[in-house]
Amino acid sequence: MKLLYFASVRQTIGLSGEDITLPGDIVDAGGLVEWLKRRGGVYAEALSQPGHVRVAVNQAYGHAGTPVTDDDEVALFPPVTGG
Amino acid sequence: MIRVQAEDFDIAAEMEAIASHSTSLGAIASFVGVVRDMAGDGGPSSMTLEHYPGMTERMLREIDEEACRRWPLEASLVIHRYGRLEPGDRIVLVVTASAHRQAALEACAFLIDWLKTKAPFWKLEETQDASHWVEARARDDDAAARWDKE
Repeated sequence: MKLLYFASVRQTIGLSGEDITLPGDIVDAGGLVEWLKRRGGVYAEALSQPGHVRVAVNQAYGHAGTPVTDDDEVALFPPVTGG
Repeated sequence: MIRVQAEDFDIAAEMEAIASHSTSLGAIASFVGVVRDMAGDGGPSSMTLEHYPGMTERMLREIDEEACRRWPLEASLVIHRYGRLEPGDRIVLVVTASAHRQAALEACAFLIDWLKTKAPFWKLEETQDASHWVEARARDDDAAARWDKE
């Protein structure tokens, strides 16, 4: 799976993205975020603020229940502030 | 049409291109977003706009298509910049053209309201000694929500 991080999530984690192998028991975006948070440290810090993390699966907005597989591109980022 | 670019844009040239697009249009509306001076005390400040290449274009295209479904537009244009910008620099241009003013004005407001809450851009404000990510504002969500269909 290709993971991408943007803005404050990228800055806190210290990476713009990484390739991971998705554990077989992770089936949706909510499970993925919980799994990343269990890595602790900067991951827990970046992803623990309630309501602060948005998810996109294959460049379309998703939610905690959106299915994910190892072939997907998943992006994690804070609420957007363009315009 | 949508464009995502680091370079500045020429408002007059873009409006002219829209105006020459069709002879049946009677109204052209536009919105230009500009970087405010956030330093307050007059000290140096700037802004860096980060975006998600690929998804940004995709979301802008979807929003543009939605505007064209809702209003009878002859033409529409969204240009959004990314990268480092200084106070006074242009960030975004929205231009809509229709036979009549109401469709052009409403579609223009819709496009900027929706792109603010849906297009994956993030603003990092930098003053002389600090930088911080701009927080999303509830009133932007409210502005976008007024276009939700009942």
